[in-house]
Amino acid sequence: MEALIALCIGLLIGGGVYLLLRARSFSVVLGLTLLSYATNLLLFASGGLTTNQAPLINEGGPFADPLPQALVLTAIVIGFAMTAFMLVLALRALNDLGTDRVDDRRGGEER
Amino acid sequence: MSQLLMAPIALPLVTGALLLILWRAPLRIQRALSALATLSLLGIAAALLWSGQRNGIQVYLIGDWPAPYGISLVLDRLAALMLALTALLATFALAYAITGSDRAGRHFHALFQFQLLGINIAFLTGDLFNLFVAFEILLIASYGLLLHGGGAERTRAALHYVALNLVGSLLFLIGLGTLYAAAGSLNMADLAARIAALPAADQHLARVAAMLLLAVFGLKAALIPLHFWLPGTYAAATAAVAALFAIITKVGIYAIIRLTTLVYGLGETPMLAWASPWLLAAGLTTIAIGTLGAMASDDLRELIAYLVVVSVGTLIAGIALGTPAGLSASLYYLLHTTLVTGGLFLLAERIASARDGSTRLSEGKRPPPSHQLGWVFFLAAIAVAGMPPFSGLVGKVLLLIAAQDHSALIPVWTLVLLSSLLLVMTLTRAGILVFWRGPVAAAEKPSRQPWLIATTLLATSPVLVIFGGSITDWTRDTAEQTFDAQAYVTAMRQSTPVVVRESGGHH
Repeated sequence: MEALIALCIGLLIGGGVYLLLRARSFSVVLGLTLLSYATNLLLFASGGLTTNQAPLINEGGPFADPLPQALVLTAIVIGFAMTAFMLVLALRALNDLGTDRVDDRRGGEER
Repeated sequence: MSQLLMAPIALPLVTGALLLILWRAPLRIQRALSALATLSLLGIAAALLWSGQRNGIQVYLIGDWPAPYGISLVLDRLAALMLALTALLATFALAYAITGSDRAGRHFHALFQFQLLGINIAFLTGDLFNLFVAFEILLIASYGLLLHGGGAERTRAALHYVALNLVGSLLFLIGLGTLYAAAGSLNMADLAARIAALPAADQHLARVAAMLLLAVFGLKAALIPLHFWLPGTYAAATAAVAALFAIITKVGIYAIIRLTTLVYGLGETPMLAWASPWLLAAGLTTIAIGTLGAMASDDLRELIAYLVVVSVGTLIAGIALGTPAGLSASLYYLLHTTLVTGGLFLLAERIASARDGSTRLSEGKRPPPSHQLGWVFFLAAIAVAGMPPFSGLVGKVLLLIAAQDHSALIPVWTLVLLSSLLLVMTLTRAGILVFWRGPVAAAEKPSRQPWLIATTLLATSPVLVIFGGSITDWTRDTAEQTFDAQAYVTAMRQSTPVVVRESGGHH
């Protein structure tokens, strides 16, 4: 299971970075989304991977660490809000600058 | 346990929420509410500063949960100092905004309060995950404030700023996850003890996490090579917002101080010892690049933004010396640079409005010769470049003295002195271009209030010199307390819930 999770995280990060570097606002938003999925998976895995365990500390028995789950929950909420904001900003930039290129020169006159 | 610790968080939160509800209310009501809250915050911060000195480290357990499990707020001298500085700067920034620029867009006052909320949580929180949440709150508010007033230039700056900070936030989470996997806690005091107790074989993961977090805080603080977002962002924001932003980079600095002295501060080789060559190199490069950027700027606001970059480099160099004396020098310089660069941003807008509306460093119109702006700019330039008799000099001299016994004596002295010289030349050039060249602009009736506010904020520089003795005493004690990680851990361990339940009393 560890290998699968690691592979997933790696793929998501690879895809995210690729999209981020395409430097078009919609790709950047998608890239950031993929990166935040990867980060959430990593956070989730940071408490150790267990299957079929309750997030409760029982005497001696194995349990799923509840704290990373709480962290992931917070991170998802914040990430969702940020993605929404970034989308609105990207639309606004398309409107204001007339281009969806993130690294456009100052003024944005030459398109 | 003092309930007052909650006030710097509760007050802007409630005020911000109220302002959101009252967004249709007349502007003067919003202004009054916002001003009242910010002035109260200033009072609270002063009280906390005083109580931080008298009562040592104070811990407030939110919801009365015991320390490593619940969320805790911690007030020590460093946190109290940062809170007071924030409140002071915010008061000036808000007063300046009230003179007119808050009219440029909606929700300015609500966003302003939320910005303060995020900053205050960052300074008070006792665990790293809430530091992340605090960063997000202050960033969301800063995105809104940056866009305040609108326009293509601001949108472009915001797009870069937001994307970069989102990546930074994700890196922050990755660092936190790694740290949690390595040490199993996120409470800073608890982490300090756990990391110190880690067997040598497991130290590597903790160090990887430390470096990741250092990179993130370096990004927030605009440390080389992660500084490139700052000049565009700060130059694009409205004056009052840019002045308030002068404290945001210092949140990154604060986090670096906490990480290096507290979280990794216990054990045989504290992190500061093995991170300091990196930090010092980054700090000194930041000074160099920032100075070059300032020299190359063709806009006064961009120039001031590069001065912020230079100041970040100077602060990090002081911290990287790894001694209480170095940190003490950095803290004094931090007070100076936050207030003076904040004032300079305000002044730049006064200069723009006295000219043809722009701050470009080219031969545009110059302000009428009768204007006092020139004198204030002259004195502020002296203060910010570190010439006598103002506080920039005191901060830099303290840093040079602190570096005396350090192996990096020569690079620190060379870069700090050379950068001061080059900055004086750059500011002289800027002053000549703005005040001496070109036709005289039509003498409009200068508005006194905003001018007075900018000048008063800049006048904190001589005040810092006049009370230099007691302030350096304060920063020295603060630095010593900050380096004493054991005291912080003990204070956290000794904090117990107020309501101690009887054993077996729960149902």
